[in-house]
Amino acid sequence: MATTIDSAVSPTTARAENSADEIAVPITLRINGREHSLRIDPRATLLDCIRETVELTGTKKGCDHGQCGACTIHIDGRRVLSCLSLALAHDGKEITTVEGLGTPDAMHPMQAAFLACDAYQCGYCTSGQIMSAVALLDEPCGPADADVKERMSGNICRCGAYANIVEAIQQVRQRA
Amino acid sequence: MHTFEFIRPADAAAAIGTAAQARTAQQGADVRFLGGGTTLLDLMKLNVETPSRVLDINRFPFDKIDDTSDGGLTIGATVRNSDLANHARVLRDYAVLSQAILSGASGQIRNMATTAGNLVQRTRCVYFRDTAMPCNKREPGSGCPAITGANRTLAILGTSDKCIATNPSDMCVAMAALEAVIHVQGPKGTRTVPFGDFHLLPGDTPERETVLEPGDLITQVTLPPPIARSKQVYLKLRDRASYEFALASAAAVMTVDGGKVSYIRIAMGGVGSKPWRMPEAEAALAGKPANAASFQQAAEAALRDAKPQSENQFKIELAKRCLVHTLQTAVNA
Repeated sequence: MATTIDSAVSPTTARAENSADEIAVPITLRINGREHSLRIDPRATLLDCIRETVELTGTKKGCDHGQCGACTIHIDGRRVLSCLSLALAHDGKEITTVEGLGTPDAMHPMQAAFLACDAYQCGYCTSGQIMSAVALLDEPCGPADADVKERMSGNICRCGAYANIVEAIQQVRQRA
Repeated sequence: MHTFEFIRPADAAAAIGTAAQARTAQQGADVRFLGGGTTLLDLMKLNVETPSRVLDINRFPFDKIDDTSDGGLTIGATVRNSDLANHARVLRDYAVLSQAILSGASGQIRNMATTAGNLVQRTRCVYFRDTAMPCNKREPGSGCPAITGANRTLAILGTSDKCIATNPSDMCVAMAALEAVIHVQGPKGTRTVPFGDFHLLPGDTPERETVLEPGDLITQVTLPPPIARSKQVYLKLRDRASYEFALASAAAVMTVDGGKVSYIRIAMGGVGSKPWRMPEAEAALAGKPANAASFQQAAEAALRDAKPQSENQFKIELAKRCLVHTLQTAVNA
């Protein structure tokens, strides 16, 4: 893999206060099984790229500093924070957002469990909670509620729906 | 965030060549290596980090954990914290490292954060993170408002009148107790740095946090052969049960023979300006009965030089109790 993503962008021009179009660089991202060829600002996080450029708005921006978990997505099957991921660093990766998990007619079991357990109030943190919970199914995690709480501590819910979130996750784990 | 050029160098040599052009590898670095991005991107959004070039090292072959010929372990620079914590040999032979990593951050961040990135993790001092405030670490000579300000979470060991910031890493505390060795490839070749020599005290130059020079790339960390029959414990005390930095933490690697301490390594987190190895406490314990009285003496020795600030006097007693409880837990393990 040779040097820069776009060698036409020199450090000098990149640092100047050019318009977004002038510093944009090309990238192809694979999101929910579909290739997207885009031109993006080198500073764009995966979060902003997914929401603003690809227009998949299920992934939410909470703190934008890795402190709340609302932006959780999967990269190659592992949960990560899209707000602290540079979009340019993720070409060739398999990116999954909440839109890639299920549809209203064919929900992922975790989405169905969140619905059945009333595991949200305002819903803003919910896609991040669900993305974290689905990844948790494939991670080392003890059987107790306390184990789930520990492993889900990176997803903050200001409504305080935690008890029902744990219940939803445990229901899916017990059925698995 | 300032704009930057995103570069994916062909190999380590190319990355080192580019990074060697920077004036410094410390605060204010013009070139930064991108690992998991959990510290770098966060600080770039705050304009605390303003590199003009970001070098993506994630596709270098530094993502493996292997046995060394002497029975130790070598951990690649880009091994993710979660993979390190859950590795079979780490769980079996270096349990304190697994415990420390799993006590830190969140599942998502541990999936992203790298071994080398964790070594150079930056302080959470609020003044360092806020460019509207003075900070000698971020802007040398501008002053340290923490000394007369919000310092409840800051350091009580290794501080200076220029900086009282705490090193936030859990992984580093375990690595200090395990006597890890850091492998660096730089413009002049490769070298190894004993863990205790890697981080610098703030002194008059808090902007310098490690021995890394421009172009220096951490390639791996090695752990010496495991200590046979050792009990290993990491205990972390904090304001909430999870997803929080330590107010005080302790890592202990201990063996007991005939009721006496025959091997002991101790390091603490949340209290020092760098991951804090405690030779005084180790000396106080060596050969002593493995009981509460010895552990209390060790804790007194460990905190003898502690210098509290206006809001963190409580950390001295907290750190002592943390260490005593860690040692007691190790004996009972």
